[in-house]
Amino acid sequence: MTAILILMTLGLLLGGLLGLAGQYFKVEGNPLQEEIESLLPGSQCGQCGFPGCSPAAEAIANGAAPVTACPPGGKALAETLAAKLGVSVDLSGVADKGPMIAYVHENLCIGCTKCFKRCPTDAILGSSKQIHAVFADACTGCEKCFEVCPTECIEMRPLTHTVQTWYWPSPMMTGVAA
Amino acid sequence: MKLFRIRGGVHPHDCKTLSADKAIEDLPMPSLLHIPLQQHIGAAAKPAVKRGDHVLKGQLLANSQGMISAPIHAPTSGRVVGVGHYPAHHASGLSVHTITLQPDGKDEWVELFPPADPFALDPAEIATRVAAAGIVGMGGATFPSAVKLNLRNRYSLHTLVINGAECEPYLTCDDRIMREYSANVIDGIRVMAYALGVENIIIGIENNKPQAQAAMREAATAFPNIQVVGLPMRYPMGSEKHLVQTLTGLETPARGLTADIGIVVHNPATALAVRDALCEGKPLVSRVMTVSGGAIQQPRNLRVLLGTKVQDVIDYCQGFREEPTRLISGGPMMGNVLPDTRVPTVKGCNGILALTAKEVSENQESPCIRCASCVQACPCGLLPLEMAANARAGNLDAVTKLGLMDCIACGSCSYVCPAHIPLVQYFNYAKGELASRQRAKHKQDETKRLIEQRNERMAAQERAKKEMMERRKREAAAKKAAAAAAAAKTAQEASA
Repeated sequence: MTAILILMTLGLLLGGLLGLAGQYFKVEGNPLQEEIESLLPGSQCGQCGFPGCSPAAEAIANGAAPVTACPPGGKALAETLAAKLGVSVDLSGVADKGPMIAYVHENLCIGCTKCFKRCPTDAILGSSKQIHAVFADACTGCEKCFEVCPTECIEMRPLTHTVQTWYWPSPMMTGVAA
Repeated sequence: MKLFRIRGGVHPHDCKTLSADKAIEDLPMPSLLHIPLQQHIGAAAKPAVKRGDHVLKGQLLANSQGMISAPIHAPTSGRVVGVGHYPAHHASGLSVHTITLQPDGKDEWVELFPPADPFALDPAEIATRVAAAGIVGMGGATFPSAVKLNLRNRYSLHTLVINGAECEPYLTCDDRIMREYSANVIDGIRVMAYALGVENIIIGIENNKPQAQAAMREAATAFPNIQVVGLPMRYPMGSEKHLVQTLTGLETPARGLTADIGIVVHNPATALAVRDALCEGKPLVSRVMTVSGGAIQQPRNLRVLLGTKVQDVIDYCQGFREEPTRLISGGPMMGNVLPDTRVPTVKGCNGILALTAKEVSENQESPCIRCASCVQACPCGLLPLEMAANARAGNLDAVTKLGLMDCIACGSCSYVCPAHIPLVQYFNYAKGELASRQRAKHKQDETKRLIEQRNERMAAQERAKKEMMERRKREAAAKKAAAAAAAAKTAQEASA
């Protein structure tokens, strides 16, 4: 009888201790993964081959994917990631086409709503049999709409500067500096 | 009055004699006006007219959008021939929304409603009228003036400073305004002081403008609360923080406003515009600007309708003496390069300078010898050489830590650098790059929010669909049961 009692109390005590330890010494995933995820564009476009930005961040943190994996991020992101992970990277192969945004050619749009339904950021305005339009501010250039358009009326255009966003280039680049 | 010393600064040759003796002239009516919808800091105005409309002088062309914005008015009577895009008055050469107006030559004013006595109005009403007149800071910053006149609600103010320093070389438009319209400028200043609820008014004018000082002193004799103070000649005396420090000894906190120490600074040209708006009911449709520089045949001070092409202004000054090396809007120290002469003039353009190669004196850059001339010249107490070295290496965080955001981009460092390093150009680039990164970060955050919202909405739709299906199923089942019960009942009755 006493044996049962002792074993039971021991079991309860140790079990409780284990539970508490589990709570206090909890390991929160890979902190690096979260940091990397915050750097990624977050549009879950899947161009890297992973099902979203979170799995991509995990793969980059583990070293399973190169820092150049994110096409929308371009060179700038690759550089930041390389600095974060302390790896050296050859950026010459990274095609940096700069930020692109979708544009709907209104004369070709038939109002099929296919692009509108796929847009991960609700950047397309439209409804059935209405001409669609893109909110340039919300578009991340993930090209999901570009792929599904049956009339190929969506064009990916480079994001051009406006008077508000334009700024002087570095004197180094303009050749003013020797 | 005792003045306080500020640190740094430079003494460029002021070249003001080219145009200082030329009285303000009205530019003849140009054949076409291109009026940009963004001539101020803040949100662009929204067109209120369409192509083909006939408008009168002073009629509203575009409404202001939001708190920090300004409306645009027709500079003369005529027909709107286009609402579209036109190259901006900007170094980038990009196009902006612009209304094109073909003057009919009558220059007919819209009906004006000036108040009988501006001093009988509520101060808030004055700010409202200034906002409706589309008045922005005419010194070149183009911040909507009404916002600054409304500062009394949030700060306890005690002094209005009028910035007549005009420390930029070549520019003489404020000088001429203060000489020729001193009484009107004083009226405007008094209206602004009334709107701000301050008693004490100081007009600071650099000592290279003795006639302007005398004219303003004379116009202000009737008002003991207005002091006209001669300022030492030193660039950048016209920087509002440095001007306030020279006059009062009070230093504006870093990245703060002069309102934090109870002082508001306005430009004399703004005061004149405020006077025209409050005493005559006229919106801002023209401005005085200096056309000068070694490449200009006849330097002049002109009153130009907003939207007049720079080419028209230069043509009136008999064109170029020689092909200018650089065309600048504003002063040579802080002005902006203009891409070509077809861009329109805007509210913030206080000068058009066509400089010769000799005046520009572009030199080959050589390595920094760490002489620290730039450190001595910096009026903000920064280390330009260190900041530029970091900006060059792309280390923008370090540049920010060294005080990039306190840099007023006055260009004193570049001016004194014996190695001709484009220091201020590095800082302008760094500021632009940082702002661009901030925009990218903001967009990323917004993208995340949009994605989350969309996912939530999708999940809610999915749930609603499932619930609907279940309800339908339940209803169908209930119906079937009811039908079965009814059938059983009829069967029972039949058997009975």
